[in-house]
Amino acid sequence: MNKPLNKMAVQATINGEPTAFLCSPGQVLADVLRDELELIGTKIGCNTGDCGACSVLVNDRLVCACLVLAAEIEGQAVQTIEGVAEGGVLHPVQQKLLEHAGLQCGICTPGVVVAAKALIEHNPNPTEEQARYWLAGNLCRCTGYDKIIRAVLDAAQQMREEAAV
Amino acid sequence: MNAYQEFSIIGSRPVRPDGLDKVTGRARYGADLNMQGQIYGHIVRSPHAHAIIESIDTSQALATEGVLAVMTGADLPEPGDSVLGGGEGAIALKDLSPMVMSQGKVLFHSQAVAAVAATSPELAAQAAALIEVSYQVLPAVTDMHEALGADAPILHADRFPDGFPEEPTNLAAHISLEVGEPDAAFERADVVIEQTYSVPMCHQGYIEPHACVARVDAAGQVDLWCSTQGHFMVAQYTAALTGIDVGKVKVTASEIGGGFGGKTTVYLEPLAVVLAQKSGRPVKMIMDRGDVFRVTGPAPGAQTRVKLGATQDGQLVAADVECVMDSGAYSGNPASFPAFMATACYKLTDARSTGRAVYTNKPKIHAYRAPSVPQVTLGFELAMTELAAELGMDPLAFRLKNAVEEGDVNMMGAPYNRIGLRECLEVASNHAHYKAPVAEGEGRGVAAGYWINAGLQSSATLNVLSDGHLSILTGSPDIGGSRASMALMAAEVLGIPFEHIHPQIAATDAVGHCDVTGGSRTTLATGQAVIQAAEQCVAEMCRRAAAEWKVEVGVVTWSQGAAHYGEQSLTFEALARRAGTMGGPLTFSSSLTASSAAPSFGVHICDAKVDKETGRTTITRYTTIQDAGKAIHPAYVEGQMQGGAAQGIGWALNEEYLYDENGVLQNAGFLDYRIPVASDLPFIDTVIVEVPNPLHPFGVKGVGEVPIVPPMPAVAEAVYQSAGVRLRDMPLNPPKIVAALQEQ
Repeated sequence: MNKPLNKMAVQATINGEPTAFLCSPGQVLADVLRDELELIGTKIGCNTGDCGACSVLVNDRLVCACLVLAAEIEGQAVQTIEGVAEGGVLHPVQQKLLEHAGLQCGICTPGVVVAAKALIEHNPNPTEEQARYWLAGNLCRCTGYDKIIRAVLDAAQQMREEAAV
Repeated sequence: MNAYQEFSIIGSRPVRPDGLDKVTGRARYGADLNMQGQIYGHIVRSPHAHAIIESIDTSQALATEGVLAVMTGADLPEPGDSVLGGGEGAIALKDLSPMVMSQGKVLFHSQAVAAVAATSPELAAQAAALIEVSYQVLPAVTDMHEALGADAPILHADRFPDGFPEEPTNLAAHISLEVGEPDAAFERADVVIEQTYSVPMCHQGYIEPHACVARVDAAGQVDLWCSTQGHFMVAQYTAALTGIDVGKVKVTASEIGGGFGGKTTVYLEPLAVVLAQKSGRPVKMIMDRGDVFRVTGPAPGAQTRVKLGATQDGQLVAADVECVMDSGAYSGNPASFPAFMATACYKLTDARSTGRAVYTNKPKIHAYRAPSVPQVTLGFELAMTELAAELGMDPLAFRLKNAVEEGDVNMMGAPYNRIGLRECLEVASNHAHYKAPVAEGEGRGVAAGYWINAGLQSSATLNVLSDGHLSILTGSPDIGGSRASMALMAAEVLGIPFEHIHPQIAATDAVGHCDVTGGSRTTLATGQAVIQAAEQCVAEMCRRAAAEWKVEVGVVTWSQGAAHYGEQSLTFEALARRAGTMGGPLTFSSSLTASSAAPSFGVHICDAKVDKETGRTTITRYTTIQDAGKAIHPAYVEGQMQGGAAQGIGWALNEEYLYDENGVLQNAGFLDYRIPVASDLPFIDTVIVEVPNPLHPFGVKGVGEVPIVPPMPAVAEAVYQSAGVRLRDMPLNPPKIVAALQEQ
């Protein structure tokens, strides 16, 4: 297939694995994840950083992958939705979203999972208001957020209880 | 009487079968499939809202290396006068085709005029810019009231709606209904109010943009993957729009990232097919978010005049409703639903209801959750609240006194069966939220809502697997958890574990026809096909057990997932394992046109606090009460209630399309078209009322659409009670509230 020739070679750690890829200078991380690395769990809802469907962590910082140039992640560590469940065991946020029916169409869910996991790592005991403001960048049109927020608070509580044991 | 009265698993809340894929990122949506050798389509869009296309020169683009196909409207057949059926209503090809690509005339900004397919998305975009389109620009009109004015540019010189044959206007449709003698009845009223209410055009706001990939092989077979609410609809529309036989079009529905009615049509699919045909390569197309706002699905803006009359004791005696709706550039037929449904909640023997639709230079409107009914309900329900206040009555008591019940006839002429409006109003009146005092500085509003709910065509096929598991195939895209409902219903009939059931959405060549997932019909109608197929399975298993035991089939009973006769029993799993020697594979299909649809009603209670300095409204408490008939999976019923309420709150407070004088949408993105975010909303309480639908074996009524109907009038009243200024023009955004407070 004809592809533009001026590609840059980038090396980064993606979901814990050393990864190398080629990208064009203007290509954003979201496109590279989806099109070059087949990590399609990162969704694109707007390409302008407004919807949060492409939320990923770059060096533990929550970002929209559509606003990060792929070339910028040289030498950095990226975590996507595909890296959240460890060894096939769901993260509590994933489990609680399932139990609370905190998803309907599910297109925002990967971004919500990545963002909520980051919230709990940042603040293990979030209030409802803190959870709502942290997730204010993750648009969901289906749920009215009720069951998402309940699931996230429940997951945080479970993780606190597990940590206390 | 419902065929099933007692339930073992219906009403429980198991984890949905597709949940794991969706929380781990494995689920494949419209943009998540690539076909080998695919190239990429890009659309050229009109920079004008109203223009005649004089010429299109594609030669430079076509000569560009890496460009493999170019198309214009000339590559699509003339639409003619044919009409397609399609779920929530029929559509004329001449209203559908130009929404995919213009032929000769442009009627709204960003309308598609040409498309390119090239080996990379960047190259396709660059080549698209090389296509030269020459336009004769015409004056545009985007305001529906101006569009009805004498000097307005006429969008369709060839269209004369019924009853207005003299000369072309921008009136797209006119419908008028009357029961009894409303004018005489108003004479009997002690109190009459008359007000005008308006609602802006808005968007469904699904998070997933439209996306598809299409391949056409050497034999002309089309293989199409796309995000849609109905892949059978996509096959039918795409075939009609491209002139390909529908039998040659296979469509696979991806997971769908939201639709709310907006994905009950096609935009990209026919273009991808034509480009694939021309290039000989699979073509992938993904719509840009800005274009999603600019060219797809807006819900019509509307203005509704409501006149209501009541006697001093709170008896509603007459209503006169006149709703004008913005149809956009082509006929989206938004006028009939409000005309028919405006008065649906109340006993009214004397009423008039008029609906009109108007052409404007904006994209053709499309279905959005209870299409056109939230707009007219803002007017009717807020007028009910205003009238209750004049009568000095509690707004719920006023509604309860006039609420429809079984046997009442609404303006559509058919008597209601067992409906649950009164039950919902009673639950609301006794709810802790309604009994709690309104907090200092806050206001409270209530409103009721109605939606007709659809039945339509559905099919299901059940395959019993050799280990006693069950695969369910339907053709209804799962937009909010319907796989879980299908599995629950099959589990209930068969008595096998939920976890042994594997529901799938099959492609158009693998299962019987299903109309779109829309009209709140999937759990009701596709569910009924699943129930019927499961009942066939039980009957066959009982027949096989009877043959094994050498007894009459009539003496064999089925319970707990097994056939029984006396002390003997044969389980579902045993019969599955021995299928090959007991009569062959166990496969059951059922198809139906559901005649079991029944309307649903809901009542919402909203508390809000308006900051009088900034004009910002905070929703402090919100409760939704709704008759679900029978809730199959209550968590997903609650989810529909909460999600619909959130959309209605967004429409009430903030969402609106803003056009400039040239017909260019000014807020085509989620930053400026701001839908509610998590920090905008409180928890949304839910009460599911269950008044079983007597026409459905499980008592199901549709639930998805009603919840968007009551929020606007409930929020508007709460804002009035808090701020002390009466606003009847949505959205109630901060500038509007501040201006009203200053005027006061």
